[in-house]
Amino acid sequence: MQWETVIGLEIHAQLNTNSKIFSSASTRFGADPNSQACVVDLGLPGVLPVLNKEAVNKAIKFGLTVNAHINQRNVFDRKNYFYPDLPKGYQISQLDWPIVGKGEINITVDEDVKIIGITRAHLEEDAGKSVHDMFDNYTAVDLNRAGTPLLEIVSEPDMRSSIEAVTYAKKIHSLVRYIDICDGNMQEGSFRCDANVSIRPMGQEELGIRTELKNINSFKFLEKAINLEVQRQQDILEGGGEVLQETRLYDSVKHETRSMRSKEEANDYRYFPDPDLLPVEISDELLLEIKAQLPELPVEKKARFIKDLGLSDYDADVLTSQKALANYFEITLKDNESNTKLCVNWVMGELSALLNRNQIEIENSPVSAQDLSLLIRRIGDDTISGKIAKDIFKTMWDEKGNVDEIIKTKGLKQVTDTAVIENVVDKIIANNAAQVEQFKSGNEKILGFFVGEAMKATQGKANPRIINKIFRLKLIK
Amino acid sequence: MIDNTQLNQIAYLSKLSIDGDALNATIKDLNNILTLVEQLGEIDTDGIIPMAHPLHMTQRLREDKVTEDDKSKIFQSIAPKIDKQYYLVPTVIE
Repeated sequence: MQWETVIGLEIHAQLNTNSKIFSSASTRFGADPNSQACVVDLGLPGVLPVLNKEAVNKAIKFGLTVNAHINQRNVFDRKNYFYPDLPKGYQISQLDWPIVGKGEINITVDEDVKIIGITRAHLEEDAGKSVHDMFDNYTAVDLNRAGTPLLEIVSEPDMRSSIEAVTYAKKIHSLVRYIDICDGNMQEGSFRCDANVSIRPMGQEELGIRTELKNINSFKFLEKAINLEVQRQQDILEGGGEVLQETRLYDSVKHETRSMRSKEEANDYRYFPDPDLLPVEISDELLLEIKAQLPELPVEKKARFIKDLGLSDYDADVLTSQKALANYFEITLKDNESNTKLCVNWVMGELSALLNRNQIEIENSPVSAQDLSLLIRRIGDDTISGKIAKDIFKTMWDEKGNVDEIIKTKGLKQVTDTAVIENVVDKIIANNAAQVEQFKSGNEKILGFFVGEAMKATQGKANPRIINKIFRLKLIK
Repeated sequence: MIDNTQLNQIAYLSKLSIDGDALNATIKDLNNILTLVEQLGEIDTDGIIPMAHPLHMTQRLREDKVTEDDKSKIFQSIAPKIDKQYYLVPTVIE
């Protein structure tokens, strides 16, 4: 039987505010255990939550970015469950009146554009962290994370493959960083994904029974976990069994998913409006103000790169996929306006290759955008050849150092003095009579040999364009 | 109306232990409350926005500033068990 996969994603993005969503304790990552958990985060009796303005603003920013309806009146609810890393016994969240309503984004898979619906995005507080393997017979609880603002972004079940799911997740990941509401650090848990997965016979309208996959902390694992789960469900259904509605944990070490809790044991969260918090009202003025502050979005940037810089759709897409990459590229463009293509090739070629090979994020590139920009300028003004530039780039990567200094100390300046080049050319012509004969009898291709010889003789420092010109002049004479 | 099974389920989720005489008494109390609330069903509530809060006010927002410093020593002095600055609880594994 042909099966169709149906996937919906729930993404938890930690908002990059200074303080927590309902308290004035710091949200900084990596502090000593429990040093950033105040009375509110600990859920001590008699305390009151007070909502952080920035958390609200950042949620609105996201909503506007995905063309969503912003609920200008939204309400916080209590989601009740018992767990040691949730000291109050309930999580403050939003159920019926979330801050962000329906929206959508486009994803591109294999050149096909697909619209993925966003059901909602709501504000809530993160829980603390439980450490199970540190002490025998005890679970250790660190409440520093408790109260960190989260935006939970819920998609429609619009994705039909793990590739689509990963593409969507990456798109959201890129967006939240573009609009600077989340640092997107998946290792530190700032950006987390849960996937709802089900399958149904191709053509069937009704959705199959879904499972929820948790504990996925990279895009690679998201893809693997979904593929694994789809296969598991297919095996069950084809063997005549039934898929249980349950939550499953993905284990990246054993590469398996295992049951965490079934629906029967699932918590009934007994939501109700939180009496400690009043409804939030968002004014028209605030909406306009935030709209005006939105930075250029990837879609807009891509369109500008194509229209103003003449980039191809593919190049523009890659260069705008990450804000940091786009920024880097735009810095290299400065003073290289007439050499856009060269900038594209360097950023997407040499630079990206070295970053990938060394697994370095562009933010931490050993060669700064300003330095690469200067290197490209030196190719553009004929100070160095493209070949020498690659060697210089390698030196800059390994040892740092200024472009002009490397050129000077290593004597790499391109020879553009025609007298010098002519001298070299004359010698080559004199020593290669056979090749000269070939050229004269009409073999144009042999010119490549002459240029190569001249480059060799000048250790790559002569300008190939000038060499070419001089050879032609002398050979045709 | 609430029966024995439902009460046990709610008690389990709330981590409450209710048994013996208390069980029947609690069921009776809860059902009385539900009967009272059920009277609301007689009113036509179409077009009425559910009340999220009895005060007709809206939430005041706080500036995003860190003003709390580390008072963990005081908080941990009343904790039943701590080690290496962690709060310790009996092992919980899902």
